[in-house]
Amino acid sequence: MAYIDKELDARRLLCPLPVIRAQDAVALMQAGQRLRVFATDPGVKNDIPAWCRINGHKVESIAEQDDDIVITIEVDGLGTTKFSDR
Amino acid sequence: MSTQRKAVSLISGGLDSMLATKVIMEQGVHVEGINFFTGFCVEGHTHAIRNRDRKKPKRNNALWVAEQLGIKLHIVDVIDEYKDVLLNPKHGYGQNLNPCLDCKGFMVRKAYEWIRANNFDFIITGEVMGQRPMSQRKDTMPVVQRESGAGDLLLRPLCAKHLPPTLPEREGWVKRESLYGFNGRSRKPQMALAQHYGFSDYATPAGGCCFLTDKAYSEKLVDMWQHRSTRVYELDDIMLLKVGRHLRPRPHFKMIISREEGEGKFLEGYRKQFLHIRPLSHKGPLVLIDGEVSDDDVHLAARVAARYSQGRDADVVEFEVISPDEHRETLKVAPLGQDEIAPEWHI
Repeated sequence: MAYIDKELDARRLLCPLPVIRAQDAVALMQAGQRLRVFATDPGVKNDIPAWCRINGHKVESIAEQDDDIVITIEVDGLGTTKFSDR
Repeated sequence: MSTQRKAVSLISGGLDSMLATKVIMEQGVHVEGINFFTGFCVEGHTHAIRNRDRKKPKRNNALWVAEQLGIKLHIVDVIDEYKDVLLNPKHGYGQNLNPCLDCKGFMVRKAYEWIRANNFDFIITGEVMGQRPMSQRKDTMPVVQRESGAGDLLLRPLCAKHLPPTLPEREGWVKRESLYGFNGRSRKPQMALAQHYGFSDYATPAGGCCFLTDKAYSEKLVDMWQHRSTRVYELDDIMLLKVGRHLRPRPHFKMIISREEGEGKFLEGYRKQFLHIRPLSHKGPLVLIDGEVSDDDVHLAARVAARYSQGRDADVVEFEVISPDEHRETLKVAPLGQDEIAPEWHI
């Protein structure tokens, strides 16, 4: 199982706040590191992958555990050169 | 070889900012998007809460626009900073509690701070002269430039030909002749340009994207301020105003009554902050009680809540009363009749 470098609790937050929190967490991480986001707003299943696609990160998995939606992101996993985020 | 210029575009998720961005990208400028989250953005929230809306396809329009354009999008949390804009608008409010002109100035100022911090050259907005009564008038557009500090680094590609040339135009970073002179409330020019670019799917043109333009929402906000005797708010306050029925049976307390399962689940998240009641003997709503209440107040609240439960025609409905520290009691009440719920209780 892949190592998770950082976990983010975005439960009870409604979109776009989970995306903003994920964006802020990723900004402090290095390429290749993994962020795991725990959220409850089903909107994250669309919004976090969309944010990852346009910013060059890779969504490794989206799973549902009880009431949580758990999304694992590999930072810079799509190999896009980041321009101004970092 | 000339340096590629960089612009940041205020992306709302609507058509105008999408077009303005595309117009500048077509001129070879590197554009990234920025989107400000004030807490009052309509985007997504109520859809996320209500079960019935969960079945509808849902997307964040700003992210969607950025993806269609192939640009990055920076979403910025301005919830705390925005309080001063809402509470002390220099230019006043629109029809409801919408401080549109101050809001635009604030967002352009934040974008200006962003371009300076990130080495970008100028700012783009999708404003169209004459389209909005407060912030997009010929006389107020210079106000936004001046008060934001952005000055002539602010370019409005869709109506630039009605405005003096900005620095990006004068320096030749963009060609003024390739910009537009849209004016007024007609959406036809934008739709034609959308068709030109092959954009067939976009968010409702000119659709409101802020709860502060909504009359019912603004009334709830005013009610909250009046009964707290102070005009302050936190994010939870403004989120709760978007959820459920709000009734104020007595001046010192308000009830937030879930209308369906999704709202009930959302309100559950606040059970450690509010006294709340839920029916035990019948199916019915979770109700948060906001205010300092006596036993008699709770009794009245339960009678009101019973009216919105499946026990509305029963002689007695049993409730569980749960305090924020999880102390539980039960209470049996007779539901109020429909005509006993005064219309003025509804906020």
